[in-house]
Amino acid sequence: MINKDLSLKAIASAPDALGRFGPYGGRFVSETLIAALDELRDTYEKLSNDAAFWAEFDQDLAHYVGRPSPLYHAKRWSDEVGGAQIYLKREDLNHTGAHKVNNTIGQALLAKHMGKPRIIAETGAGQHGVASATVAARLGLECHVFMGAEDIKRQALNVYRMKLLGANVVSVESGSKTLKDAMNEAMRDWVTNVDNTYYIIGTAAGPHPYPKLVRDFQSVIGREARRQSLEQIGRLPDALVACVGGGSNAIGLFHPFIEDEGVEMYGVEAGGDGLETGRHAAPLSDGIPGVLHGNRTYLMEDEDGQIIETHSVSAGLDYPGVGPEHSWLKDVGRAKYVAINDDEAMAGFRKLTRIEGIMPALESAHAIAYAEKLAKTMTPDQNIVVNLSGRGDKDILTVAAMDGISVEGQS
Amino acid sequence: MSRIAQVMADLKASNRKALVPYIVAGDPTPSHTVALMHGLVEAGADIIELGVPFSDPMAEGPSIARGHERALEYRVGLRHVLDMVTEFRTNDSKTPVVLMGYANPIERMGYDVFSERAYVAGIDGVLTVDLPPEESGALAETLQDRGIDTIFLVSPTTSDQRAKEIVKNASGYIYYVSLKGVTGAANLDVDEVSERINLLRSYTDLPLCVGFGIKDAESAKAVSSAADGAVVGSVLVNACGELAHAPVSELVSQVSAIIGDMRSALG
Ligand SMILES: Cc1ncc(COP(=O)(O)O)c(C=O)c1O
Repeated sequence: MINKDLSLKAIASAPDALGRFGPYGGRFVSETLIAALDELRDTYEKLSNDAAFWAEFDQDLAHYVGRPSPLYHAKRWSDEVGGAQIYLKREDLNHTGAHKVNNTIGQALLAKHMGKPRIIAETGAGQHGVASATVAARLGLECHVFMGAEDIKRQALNVYRMKLLGANVVSVESGSKTLKDAMNEAMRDWVTNVDNTYYIIGTAAGPHPYPKLVRDFQSVIGREARRQSLEQIGRLPDALVACVGGGSNAIGLFHPFIEDEGVEMYGVEAGGDGLETGRHAAPLSDGIPGVLHGNRTYLMEDEDGQIIETHSVSAGLDYPGVGPEHSWLKDVGRAKYVAINDDEAMAGFRKLTRIEGIMPALESAHAIAYAEKLAKTMTPDQNIVVNLSGRGDKDILTVAAMDGISVEGQS
Repeated sequence: MSRIAQVMADLKASNRKALVPYIVAGDPTPSHTVALMHGLVEAGADIIELGVPFSDPMAEGPSIARGHERALEYRVGLRHVLDMVTEFRTNDSKTPVVLMGYANPIERMGYDVFSERAYVAGIDGVLTVDLPPEESGALAETLQDRGIDTIFLVSPTTSDQRAKEIVKNASGYIYYVSLKGVTGAANLDVDEVSERINLLRSYTDLPLCVGFGIKDAESAKAVSSAADGAVVGSVLVNACGELAHAPVSELVSQVSAIIGDMRSALG
């Protein structure tokens, strides 16, 4: 179904100078932020052409994050499924427990080069907030993390982790009190403190150049997975699977494979209570293009163009938009986007925990659940790489509550 | 001559400053809005900026963001705002009305449909906060076809080079954002504003209005000494919130009185 007028090379080389991925992306922000985005774009353009910058990045990833992360053949699970071989890209083993840190390491380097002493971040599940607080602690930067009041309730462990790391966690009480509102509040802070503040956006969305630079930092996932596949399997995988909230772990895995025509890509959105109920967080599966948070992309909105509330068991996928590059990959047919419901994701969480001894984040559990469905349609000589974007420690209280168990005070 | 150009020319001829109140359509309820618009005009408003409620008003401070939330409780959207302006026009054909809002509701309606309906409703200008000039070409064109002005923001962080480009694309007036921050912020520096306004004056003949951070008659007078007008929002929207449960007539008279005071101060 790939758009034949576009070469894979052209697809891989987006965005253009204005930050557009086909009709998506761009810079839809108020005038006050334009100068800051120009400065960031120019800084990144300069540094990304400087081998010393990437050497510094690689050094941090190797010695601080613990990369490369393994590509693990989940043999027992694959055998049980009885279809394709499933390999897990173990981003859960990174320092701080998720892929998010790849991006915060990169952006913290940008902040350092730009001489900004204060960083701000938005967070949903708290993983990006923790990753931001972590790099801030390491570099001695002041750090403020904006988090929806609803998410603060369901991710209490990560909130406390951020505080231990010295970050100020700002509870966002406006709108639906989730990730999108945290992003609004971070933008408001940035407009106000634009001179001394670097805004670390946590996913491959937002105004140009964020979707591009977040993708570039996260692409270490796909580059490693590609090399590891060749080493361990002897060839490229047949399919890639990753969950999609804003889309950073997915684009990080996908991007280095875009020109590999035989590699299929599946982005897994949060189906919540089910696509047919309207209570989900799956804009690519059931949304339309619009403008939010600085970019044009698929969104969940009502007939007046108001952004609607999303529903997902996983805070990190509970976002009504998606990075613009995914909108583009969907339209040109290079990647497919599917949805996994809350209960399927929960089953995936339990399955992987019991059969491989690996507890996935609830976000990643969506990719796990879809990978199992996909594997069943394939043969044992075929291979799937699933991005295990994070570990499930942060979700244990949520899972326990679903089981009706209170684990408080049992330390 | 457009309504905006006419009003600005008349003000200039009598050496007066434009007073431009901003309220959110549908705040605190849809039945307040048209009455409030008329009240503001009677109290001395020259142009009305009408905020289009949006679920994610990123550039607004807490006061105006809450105004958006109050209006959204009644599900007020762009369609309803256009109806309100239509109703306002049955009794006021002179006062320019500028819609101020965000891109997505307009995207959803479609640029052509929106421009046509805005024209029919009697809207004079459109300021879309998250459509900077490089993203606004297509909308500006369909609006221009109907004689509707596209109002752009210039901010303290806008480079001189960029400001020159922006004023070239703009029509109606230029909205100078007086501070780095969201609407309603407190860090207004009047000298800095005057300096920048004087510089902009050398780039364009368009009227220059200043907004963000104007709280009272004194600050309105101070910022508009160099400029052609003052935009006042957060104080009015705050008052709308405080008086949400008062009778409509009381809200209208109290909110209008704030503009009345500023009118007296501005002359
Ligand atoms: C473990 C994990 N995976 C995935 C996501 C979703 O983000 P993205 O789609 O940007 O990878 C999050 C977000 O918090 C996360 O914590």
